[in-house]
Amino acid sequence: MKAYYFGTCVIDACFPQAGLAGIELLQRGDVQVIFPQEQSCCGQPAYNSGFPDEARKVARHQIKTFAKDYPIVVPSGSCAGVLKHQYPRLFAGQPEEEEVRRFSSRIYELSEFLIKVLNVRLEDRGEPIKVTWHSSCNALREMAIIPYAKALLRQLERVELVELQNERECCGFGGTFSVKQPAISAAMVSDKVDDIVQTGAARVLSTDCGCLLNISGALGYRDLKIPTQHLAEFILERTHGQN
Amino acid sequence: MAKTEDVAIFERNVAKALGDGQLRRNLRSAMATMSQRRRTLFADTEAFEQLRTLGQSIRRRALSQLPELLEQLEQRCTANGIQVHWAETAAEANAIVLDILRRHGATRVIKGKSMVSEEMHLNHFLEEQGIEALETDLGEYIIQLDGETPSHIIVPAIHKNKDQIAHLFHERIPDAPYTEVVEELNAIARGELREKFRTGDVGVSGVNFAVAETGTLCLVENEGNGRMCTTAPPVHIALMGLEKVVEKLQDVPPLLRLLTGSATGQPITTYFNMITSPRRSGELDGPHEVHLVILDNGRSGIYADPERRTTLQCIRCGACLNHCPIYTRLGGHAYGHVYPGPIGSILTPQLKGLDEAGVMATASTFCGACEEVCPVKIPFTEILRMLRNEAYARDESEHEVQGHGYRYTTVEALSWKSWALYNTSPALARIGAQMLSKFGQHLPMIGPLKEWTRVRTPPPFAPKTLHELAQQRGLDDDR
Amino acid sequence: MMTANARENILSRLRAIPTHGRYTVPEAPVIAGLALSREERIDRLRRMLEVMHAEVQVVAAREWLGELKTLLRTRALNGLLYAPATPLGAVLEAAWEEGLPPLVPYVEPVEQCRESLFTIDAGITSTRGAIAETGALILWPSVAEPRLMSLTPGLHIAVLEAEAIFNTFAEAIDRQGWLEQGMPTNVLLISGPSKTADIELTLTFGVHGPKELVVFILQ
Repeated sequence: MKAYYFGTCVIDACFPQAGLAGIELLQRGDVQVIFPQEQSCCGQPAYNSGFPDEARKVARHQIKTFAKDYPIVVPSGSCAGVLKHQYPRLFAGQPEEEEVRRFSSRIYELSEFLIKVLNVRLEDRGEPIKVTWHSSCNALREMAIIPYAKALLRQLERVELVELQNERECCGFGGTFSVKQPAISAAMVSDKVDDIVQTGAARVLSTDCGCLLNISGALGYRDLKIPTQHLAEFILERTHGQN
Repeated sequence: MAKTEDVAIFERNVAKALGDGQLRRNLRSAMATMSQRRRTLFADTEAFEQLRTLGQSIRRRALSQLPELLEQLEQRCTANGIQVHWAETAAEANAIVLDILRRHGATRVIKGKSMVSEEMHLNHFLEEQGIEALETDLGEYIIQLDGETPSHIIVPAIHKNKDQIAHLFHERIPDAPYTEVVEELNAIARGELREKFRTGDVGVSGVNFAVAETGTLCLVENEGNGRMCTTAPPVHIALMGLEKVVEKLQDVPPLLRLLTGSATGQPITTYFNMITSPRRSGELDGPHEVHLVILDNGRSGIYADPERRTTLQCIRCGACLNHCPIYTRLGGHAYGHVYPGPIGSILTPQLKGLDEAGVMATASTFCGACEEVCPVKIPFTEILRMLRNEAYARDESEHEVQGHGYRYTTVEALSWKSWALYNTSPALARIGAQMLSKFGQHLPMIGPLKEWTRVRTPPPFAPKTLHELAQQRGLDDDR
Repeated sequence: MMTANARENILSRLRAIPTHGRYTVPEAPVIAGLALSREERIDRLRRMLEVMHAEVQVVAAREWLGELKTLLRTRALNGLLYAPATPLGAVLEAAWEEGLPPLVPYVEPVEQCRESLFTIDAGITSTRGAIAETGALILWPSVAEPRLMSLTPGLHIAVLEAEAIFNTFAEAIDRQGWLEQGMPTNVLLISGPSKTADIELTLTFGVHGPKELVVFILQ
């Protein structure tokens, strides 16, 4: 089968290896991955900052770029949420409303696609490891895909998952929020880091690189050597038994 | 970029709140406890979902016929002997209250908890008129002693711990011994207030639900002070926002369950007090006069817009505060307005105008925790996003929120225009991305990046973008 | 004051046709309420009230007065406020005896007896029913049985017929015909002694209302 891959702007600039890992996992499931070079950002920064016209411009560009009737896989709950649930709102009452709805109905978050569509089975080849999990808010609530992500994690036999005390609480990223309300954002991510530390985990996993950018930045600033990693990259590493 | 005044004030408040370690500890454990109790009561998530769909339906049905229901409420209340007053503004509502007090020569008012009275700044107004207005809810009593306003709409003194309250009582209440035992603190307040209940001239309360069908005013409480204020004095004045009306008596049980459960995880409060008339002929107690003041104060403006109208569905349970990662770190005072937290952030900018309170709409990561727990399904993120749009909508304001366009600056508008251009022009984006890859690590730490790096390392721009790696791997790009 | 205009202004603003969009009412789901047996209702009510620190005694109708007397004898009370013109009042008068706190009738308007209402130790009232689901008594104050009886005394004793325990609040409204007969001046749901958690969420009982609630459920 053919599927589009929407890499997201954060992954594109900062975490391309996570993006590649997602692509590889799809390819293993016999998916022919199409990566349109014209793709850019889902439009969320403008959409959440009071600039809907600019968000629509950028959204139209994605809709045009991902025109064919293939599923669109997104390695981020947050961007997937915008593409799937917010685009129809953004275009409500606009001439292209119907076309947008059709586009949005093709959106899948990566772990959702791996479980629901590909029904993947993972074999853990790694050494025993203790990890903790960060749920991005949009993955958790808007997309409700955390059960899929954790189902993948549970297939990895030698991975022990220690949950955060406040797993359902936001890390304080919020896109432009992190720079528009920097003090509150800092307080939130600092608490998140404390929560991570108390788990004793060797790694922090998530489906969302926006959150990981925030969390890894805060961990690094406090000189804490707990790596963060996108779930796709972690799965690839475990199932290769390398890296 | 020049900061608007609301932003500057909020930043100062935030710095103060975040710097107060005691406040953060007090709040955090209290909010976690309230959230946990709520979760336990509504453990059956499917049943809860059904119940809140019912709650949403009841509130929307009421709001969809609001003018008719208000007229029906007025008619039924009047028939029952309750005197109904209408106020367009807080000042009018205060004047109505004062007029009633003057007619009775009242000098001492005892008050049950009412957020509308906070909105009216009634206590301050009455003080200026030489009338003592005493808060009798324990939490309200505590903060009134300290000259503060509520920091939470359900537990108004939750920002204080018992040591702070112990000092406060010892210093401000004549002959009060110093004690940190909560039971003893309660007993001190009980002793002080009992005499006031006995001798108060007029009782003032809020209204949780007003039933149009029967002309009944419903009050939810645990302490009994609300019953005291509405039963012991010869006159009772009830204050309500005009959105509080419900259509039928049978609408009350599900809303009551949602309210007490969402607020504190209680299946029901100690008292549910339903008042339908003043003292009737032959009855031995209860007020001879009951007045209902229906306050607009900006609500009808919200009502006019169907999308904004969802704001008025609120039943003031406070669950959105308890679950908000921002409220739980700041407390209520930092918001700088009567209604804090998520509900305050959507309500206040609409009541007071964006230019006064627009910043509140930026105090959200859109995490959606408020929406998840809201017992009447208010679409918080949609309204917050709409308010952010309105803050920059200079000419074409779809929703015409007062003060729209107040944050518009050419610089910010231009930067978003360039952002859009960049993200719709692949050639431009390619060059930009390569620049970031090469020079991203050497960006000057100014503007947003300066804020980012206050507590974080800079973003790790990768040497090659995913675009480039995908191309290297020969991925089909669909052309 | 422009209150005459306020009403018209507010209503006309609320009646203005929205400029755009529609406000819809979602269909209300039908939620099946509790459907407990008589015994289960009694049991649930008792449990729910006890969680809220009420003392509950489920007793045979002919034995409850004895239990009441035992309870009252163990305490030094300055009086028991009661409503003489109610069936409960008549029963109490007939049964009263030496060694019990004096029965104090509530027969004058509050204006004449405010002092004693605020100083009496205990009050006893009837109830119109109860709600098993949430645990709550339904009080229906009347000319004969005034409102403050269940509020100002430190100890409130309530007498409930087991037959009048309903599954839910909605069922009580419906089955007792609240709408049909018209609402009285005041209806109260009471689920325990007065309480507060306003200091550090520490639950304490006996704030402004009764410190104790004793419920006799009569079988």
